[in-house]
Formats: sequence, C-alpha cells, structure tokens
Amino acid sequence: MSDLLTTVADKLKEKFGPAFISAEMDYDFPVFTLEKSVLYETLSFLKSEPELNFNFLTTIAGIHYPDMKEKEFCITYHLHNLFLNHRIRLKFYMPESDMKVPSITHIWPTANWMERQEYDFFGFNFTGHPDLRRILNMDEMNYFPLRKQYPLEDGSRDDKNDKQFGR
Amino acid sequence: MSIDIKPEHKPEGIEGAGFFATSLEKVVGLARANSLWPLPFATSCCGIEFMATMASHYDLARFGSERLSFSPRQADLLMVMGTISKKMGPILRQVYEQMAEPKWVLSMGACASSGGIFDTYSVLQGIDRIIPVDVYIPGCPPRPEQVLDGILKIQELSKSESLRRRDTPEYKAQLALYGIE
Repeated sequence: MSDLLTTVADKLKEKFGPAFISAEMDYDFPVFTLEKSVLYETLSFLKSEPELNFNFLTTIAGIHYPDMKEKEFCITYHLHNLFLNHRIRLKFYMPESDMKVPSITHIWPTANWMERQEYDFFGFNFTGHPDLRRILNMDEMNYFPLRKQYPLEDGSRDDKNDKQFGR
Repeated sequence: MSIDIKPEHKPEGIEGAGFFATSLEKVVGLARANSLWPLPFATSCCGIEFMATMASHYDLARFGSERLSFSPRQADLLMVMGTISKKMGPILRQVYEQMAEPKWVLSMGACASSGGIFDTYSVLQGIDRIIPVDVYIPGCPPRPEQVLDGILKIQELSKSESLRRRDTPEYKAQLALYGIE
C-alpha cells in the first residue's frame, strides 16, 4: 500500500507545490496533510484525475486539538477509490480564529449531511453549503459540544457531586 | 393437578339474591384497570424487553392490555421505554398532551427514569423533567416480569383513583409544575 502513498503524494506535490505539507502512513493508512487554502481543489482533483479516481466520499470528521497553537482544529476527509479499493485520508488544519471551510457539496452531494454534522459538533463554518444548520443536536443548543472546553456530562444533574458518594 | 385461579376481587358493596350494589366509581375503576390501552413509546433495548412482555411467553393480554394503541388519543397508559434524547423531549411531551384523560405514565428502565448511563449533554436526564410519571420500573433493561409488575401497579392506581381526581386542585397544580394545561 506504500505505492499508493507515493503515487498520490507525487501527484499532489506536482499539482499543489508548497501547499502540500506531508504524506505518511498512519498504521496501514495513507494520510496526506495540505494547506486549507487548497482544500476544494485537492478534493476535486482527487475525484476527477483519471489515474487517482477517488470517486467515493466515505466520511468527514472534525478533530479538536486545544493544545496545538494555530492548529486547534482539523478536518479530515476519507476517500475511497471503489474501482481499485484504495482508501486515503486527508487532513487540513486551521486556527480557532478561522473556522471557514469551503463546502464540497458540489463535488459530492452526500457531503451535505456530513458537513452539517461537523458544524453541529465543532462549529466549522462551511462556506457555500446550501443549508448549514444543526442536524443531530436540538436546535436550541447554543454551543458546539465536541469542543474540548465543554464538559461531557449534562450540567443540570445535582445528584452526582462528591457528597453523594461520601467523599 | 389443581390450578390456583384467583378471581378478581369484588369491590366493597351490598350483596343479595340477584343483585350487587356498589359505588359507580369502583365499578368504573375495575373496568378501567382491566382494559388499559398502552401506547408503547419504545426507543431502545427496553422496547425489546417489552416485545417479549407482549409475546406469548409472558403475555400481557392476561392482564387486559393486549390492545396496543399507536394513537395517543385512544391510549390510557403511556409506556416510555428507552433513552429519550433532548431532541426527542418535545415530541414525547406532545404525545402526552394528546392523550385523553384519564391517563397514566409508566417509565421503564434506567434511561427513561434518570438518563441511566447516558449522563451526557444530548440525553434527557429522566422523563419526569418534562412529564409527570406514575410508576417507575428499575432495571437496565428490566425483565418482562418487572414490566408486568409495573403494569399491575398502574392497575392498582387506576382502580383506586377517584373519578373526579383529575379535576382536583392538587392534580392541576401537579400538571402546572410541568407547564401542561
């Protein structure tokens, strides 16, 4: 599978030059990191380039790294070439002050709900998304629950303090 | 082999040759208790246990509740079985409000009663935060025997409930706590 890593890395290097940051094997999975400024072009290129042909968007996932300065948030895209059964992962880092991400609903319509979910949980602002609103959490929620500064537990419980456990 | 059949207890009354006199309230209570129509609001594994309760082995029909009502307007008993997320909360409340009086609520399992293991931002920490509950069944999930026990408890409530209890100021105050008219 490392052939896949070098093939795709060479193509991306050739196409995007300095915007290409790194290519590595994460266990048995090729992972590519690029500048966020070329996000739309990268995904569009990977789908349309006949030799790469990553025609299926498996999933989109957000990550929050609160301790990484200016790279607090990361959005990952998992792509799948269904003809050759090749899978890759793409990572784009961004600072908390700039959460704008171009929407890829024009490349894969299935990205619509995935992007709504990442907006719902992390607050990524997908520019160009046709209907960016919460999808899983209740509409009244006023924060993005998977950002790590928020507690997991429900704040309204008062029966789980130390006193109840004899501490 | 003798079978121990326990007939339904008669309410208190005056009995003679060919007649039996008692209060209307007791007769209505008896009728209601033995023909409760449950509305199953099943959202997770407790719902699976409820299916076992309805099926032939445990057979809820023995207690007069075989007729499930999937319309809240015809149901007497709202059975909430499973995790209720905060997003589901208003829907559950609307179902409760659509039920006609008299109505009872049974909360089955740890999730419906207290949020259970899901102490998290997206899950309602007990349905009694949005609607009044009559009987709680503990367990994760409870066994069908426990569900039957819970339904028998509801039957006891409906038997002993005054026909006018739901017009009383106490009952109205209880509903007002939940903001239900």
